[in-house]
Amino acid sequence: MALAKLQKHHIVGAPVPRKEGRGKVTGAARYVDDMVLPGMLYGATVRSTIARGKIRKITYGPGIPWEEFVTVTAKDIPGKNCIALILDDQPCLAAETVNHPEEPILLLAHADRHKLRKAVEAISIEYEPLPAVHTMAESEQQSTIIWGADNIFKTFLVEKGDVDAVWKKAAYIVEGEYSTGAQEQLYIENNGVIASFDPGKGVTVWGSLQCPYYVHKALMALCGLPEEKVRVVQMETGGAFGGKEEFPSMIAAHATLLAIKSGRPVKVVYDRMEDMAATTKRHPSRTRHRTAVGKDGKILGGEIEFAIDGGAYSTLSSVVLSRGTIHAGGPYYWTSVRIRGKAVATNSPPHGAFRGFGAPQSLFAMERHIDRIAQVVGISPIEVRRRNFLKPGQTTTTQQTIREEIRLDHLLNRALEVSDYHAKKARFARENKYGVRKKGMGIAAFLHGAGFTGSGERYLNSLVGVEAGADGTVRVLVSSAEFGQGTNTVLCQIAAEALGLPYENVVIAQPDTAVVPNSGPTVASRTAMIVGKLVQSAAISIRQTLAKTSLLGDEYTPEQFRVACREYIVAHGPLKAYTRYEAPADIYWDDEHYRGEAYAAFAWAVYVAEVTVDLTTYSVTVDDFVAMQEVGKVLHPVLAAGQITGGVAQAIGFALYEKVVWQNGRMVNNQMTNYIMPTSADLPPIRVFFEEIGNVHGAHGGKGIGELPMDGPAPAILNAVEDATGVRFNSIPLLPEDLFEALSAQSLDSKASFSM
Amino acid sequence: MVPSLETSAKRDVFFTVNGETKKVLAHPMERLLDVLRNELGLTGTKEGCGEGECGSCSVLMDGMLVNSCLIPVAQASGANIVTIEGMSAHALLLPLQEAFLECGGAQCGICTPGMILAAVHLLDKKPEPTLAEIREGLAGNLCRCTGYMEIFEAVATAARQRVGK
Repeated sequence: MALAKLQKHHIVGAPVPRKEGRGKVTGAARYVDDMVLPGMLYGATVRSTIARGKIRKITYGPGIPWEEFVTVTAKDIPGKNCIALILDDQPCLAAETVNHPEEPILLLAHADRHKLRKAVEAISIEYEPLPAVHTMAESEQQSTIIWGADNIFKTFLVEKGDVDAVWKKAAYIVEGEYSTGAQEQLYIENNGVIASFDPGKGVTVWGSLQCPYYVHKALMALCGLPEEKVRVVQMETGGAFGGKEEFPSMIAAHATLLAIKSGRPVKVVYDRMEDMAATTKRHPSRTRHRTAVGKDGKILGGEIEFAIDGGAYSTLSSVVLSRGTIHAGGPYYWTSVRIRGKAVATNSPPHGAFRGFGAPQSLFAMERHIDRIAQVVGISPIEVRRRNFLKPGQTTTTQQTIREEIRLDHLLNRALEVSDYHAKKARFARENKYGVRKKGMGIAAFLHGAGFTGSGERYLNSLVGVEAGADGTVRVLVSSAEFGQGTNTVLCQIAAEALGLPYENVVIAQPDTAVVPNSGPTVASRTAMIVGKLVQSAAISIRQTLAKTSLLGDEYTPEQFRVACREYIVAHGPLKAYTRYEAPADIYWDDEHYRGEAYAAFAWAVYVAEVTVDLTTYSVTVDDFVAMQEVGKVLHPVLAAGQITGGVAQAIGFALYEKVVWQNGRMVNNQMTNYIMPTSADLPPIRVFFEEIGNVHGAHGGKGIGELPMDGPAPAILNAVEDATGVRFNSIPLLPEDLFEALSAQSLDSKASFSM
Repeated sequence: MVPSLETSAKRDVFFTVNGETKKVLAHPMERLLDVLRNELGLTGTKEGCGEGECGSCSVLMDGMLVNSCLIPVAQASGANIVTIEGMSAHALLLPLQEAFLECGGAQCGICTPGMILAAVHLLDKKPEPTLAEIREGLAGNLCRCTGYMEIFEAVATAARQRVGK
């Protein structure tokens, strides 16, 4: 079999150099702000200062030579005033009403950035304020309707078995409420684009972005242009994490409107304060659990209510809600369950994609709740998980039968072993009786589905190309973007291995909609698994084409491959192969009842956190962190470990440091000085382990990996904090002031009960 | 953030960048970061926060590690500046840069130039740093991709190579 022969190369699985690495370590890599076009102007955005209201009057203040400026309002939009995504409810520029602070209203461009800034400050807007909604609870009360008929963007209902019948069988009924805060993606490169317009050629946009074809679709609708008149090019992108999934369509739309009106290229690059205040964040969430539990700690059934705050427009909230709802039951077997998901509107900037996409929120609740179940039943956190783990042949909450091999028990055993869990837990229990530094151990077990949910991949209908040149160089043609996670490298590894060529002979095209087909967005832990498999298949097609024309045998050298490519191209023209996604036959999904095969594959993990809670400073320090996972075949050991360490670090921030402070719908700590992400001095050793089991759906058995590490650390850490202090914290971020408040209240309580 | 500069006239500023003497005409309060990027085309120095928190704009100024977003160009007058472009001027990468590639110290790459300069500065002061010293030495440079583990490994690897261990 041809495939068997290919395995001898083993480029996949090897730590080959990152394709674009040299440019990054020398400073030569080109990000959008490094690019200057002749005659280029700078663009800026005038934004709403209130949460909700009608725009009454715009005043252009004195002392500014306004005739030098290009000005754009909603009236200048040639097509539809919306950012086309799912429901198309978000305007590109507010025309009559504003629905959140920082909503864009007016755009300015000028060649001098200093003059531009003064001009933005000189514009004042008068509003007629309308009542605004700032919390999920207010939104649910529906006394003020700010979106649709009921403030609800989307609901989901997942039902399995007869939940109503389980309560009377339960030995225990365990309830809990859990919440998570907004989190800023905090990519170090702010959002930015350059747009240019030519009446004949149309619009071209270069930007820092994850999904070239999302921007392409949005600009076609905004400008009323056909697809060939819109070109989107991804520049080197300095971090994204979901924060450059949907938002770039907005900033690209603004730059494009200024470029059309001025006839000159326009660069819009946010500074940090604007980026933090105006762009998307992780959805705040609230999860309520009510669980029927048997005497032995087995989950008999339960109800889960998962709610997220979507902000002022629907954007991606329905999809974030979907993933959060499906992951809400964790890696456990539920004989019956009812999960209600709800995304509601508030008057803050829309919340959006962020690594994990709803799953870190609902899994935080599940993994805190399972520890609570253990306490109520009186068994260990280890044992309660072991007794409820999903096993092959069982079904998930959406009634997907687990056909792949899963070894949660094994992952748990290994995680306990490498973290020295039992010995440490026993030692801390002894030592915590003395002193002010209390130590604790916490675990979390979880899963993350790879690829788009349910029928999502079918709708995406991704197309991938591979092209061989006359010099024997192979080029991968995908719209999948590199933003640090290693897309370029992994896809080239897969193509090189499929073609039996050295890694160096394979390159990847810059994502440019004029050059690459739509291989779907670079999101949802789908690139290595789904796009990777398509790249493998397209590369094999190139081989087959050369074999069919008798230019190449089964075995060949790179030189023979080069000669064959050249001869083929001379005789037949370009040598390209395209492969389109085909849904596996056994994947069935019912969108109406939210039932069926939610994901082609899941990654599985057990994480262990060791913490110290200092009762003099009320700070929590993570001292050691073990991340044990099964992600199928590891395609690149260094890049894979890098995904895990980075995700764990970001999730430690989510748990302990990163708090968005809101005031009337506006983020008020929109600076790196007062929104605190972990530094090199704050993090524990993050120890990463992979247990490899092949998976049939991805290239070489790889599964999705990028989002997984975001899911587990926060509950593991809060479980450890409870182990250390005996106090239940069910809300993150958990800051020293929260600890101070809870522990002071507790010591007052204990004094009170002592005196009685 | 771009400062407002209407109060000062442009004037000539002289300094040395990556071994070459440069003259630029700039407002005295113009940020060194903007002068390097916009006047001298040295775009390897990145802006992350504009307020001295993230370290992406780190350069060496007379041997000191500074955030170039906080340095008015007038203050750099007569100084000796080294940027990331000055690190590999001879086409060969520094062992430190090689180590960043090998260990996975660069993911998205936006913090990398500043991080490498911070590491160069650290290794100049402490050729054999402990892990705690590496953590401390890089604490002014934020990385959102790696969780820093791979960066620590890269710096330790380069240090070992330098002292021949």
